[in-house]
Amino acid sequence: MTLALFALLVAFGSFAAGLLGALTGLGGGIVVVPMLTLLFGVNLRYAIGASLVSVIATSSGAAAAYVREGYTNVRVGIFLEVATTTGALVGAALAGLIPTSALAVLFGLVLLYTAWRSFQPREEHLTLEPHPWATKLRLNGSYPVAGRMQSYAVQQVPTGFVVMLVAGVLSALLGIGSGVVKVLAMDRAMQLPFKVSTTTSNFMIGVTAAASAGVYLHRGYIEPSLAFPVMLGVLGGALTGARILGRANTLWLRRLFTAVVVVLAMEMLYKGATGGL
Amino acid sequence: MTDPRDVKRGRWSDHEVEQVIGRLLQLGVLIATAVVIVGAAGVLLHHGSTPVDFRVFAGESSPWRSVGAVTSGALHGSFPAIVQLGLVLLIATPVARVALTLGAFLAQKDRLYVALTALVLALLLYGLIWGRA
Repeated sequence: MTLALFALLVAFGSFAAGLLGALTGLGGGIVVVPMLTLLFGVNLRYAIGASLVSVIATSSGAAAAYVREGYTNVRVGIFLEVATTTGALVGAALAGLIPTSALAVLFGLVLLYTAWRSFQPREEHLTLEPHPWATKLRLNGSYPVAGRMQSYAVQQVPTGFVVMLVAGVLSALLGIGSGVVKVLAMDRAMQLPFKVSTTTSNFMIGVTAAASAGVYLHRGYIEPSLAFPVMLGVLGGALTGARILGRANTLWLRRLFTAVVVVLAMEMLYKGATGGL
Repeated sequence: MTDPRDVKRGRWSDHEVEQVIGRLLQLGVLIATAVVIVGAAGVLLHHGSTPVDFRVFAGESSPWRSVGAVTSGALHGSFPAIVQLGLVLLIATPVARVALTLGAFLAQKDRLYVALTALVLALLLYGLIWGRA
């Protein structure tokens, strides 16, 4: 295949991934690596490099809007970034040692978990007494609800921190934003409001991905002629998705995207188990 | 109960910092994307008909593996290096965000968060500049 045709097809696929990721709120990064490896026969390391770069682009773009709207808790973000960047550097160190078949199996499991989470109902948490660390670290904050500021208290700070370490490792190993794991830490453990946990997760994704992307740049994982159609495609898709978000039928799209994720998960598990990747 | 983030610590309140961070992220993505598009157009014009195969990993032999090599390659007009420079600028955008946050916490004289942010920044620069993990 010529570079021009390859770039066109990859850009088209990446656009679709970015669009669906933005419309469903699940992020497109999770399907970029399986698409590149399974559909386009790209080496897993190149796929991870290209995916990480696109993750930085979409998360930074979205974070720019969220931060200014006042939903993001910058202190929670910074505190947990200590965990995610440490995890990302650990993950990048492990990446060279773990066989690709094991990475493919791990990827399949994370995809299945994402699909399962996408249909779990989410409820807002009651305001309780904050965890003592939350007060010491001044993590408690407030966010806009119907025009006025609603304050919230942060729970289970140590658990959240440990889950974030895992999120960082997964982000580096698999080239994903691992937003699902980040939201798990902030929503389930630390019990932040829904809007705050999703936007703060997104705020941290760029920093987490940048930690391992820096290391991967030196290892040659970031191949410019593969990364440009991926990055421009995913970013274009995500921006388009954000524009049409109010008008699209997200339940139907969520089902479609979840089905795609499950199929990719099965394929990754199969390829991993049979050593076909 | 007042939001602790609205309290003016030193010169900047947290909400003012958030506005600047938002602008910085927007600008970083915009500049990086523009540079990638320029490089990509050049790559497609000059190498568009070259056959490609990314099945086998050969990244160790890539010339564009450090910030220095990428910058000098881009200045010499190499299109793949210009793409890579755009990607490096993109990776640098969250790093710049952390640096800006550090500056804001310094201005607020918030010692705890100065330390935490400096640690995150050190980890990021370690990866990006030395490339070891």
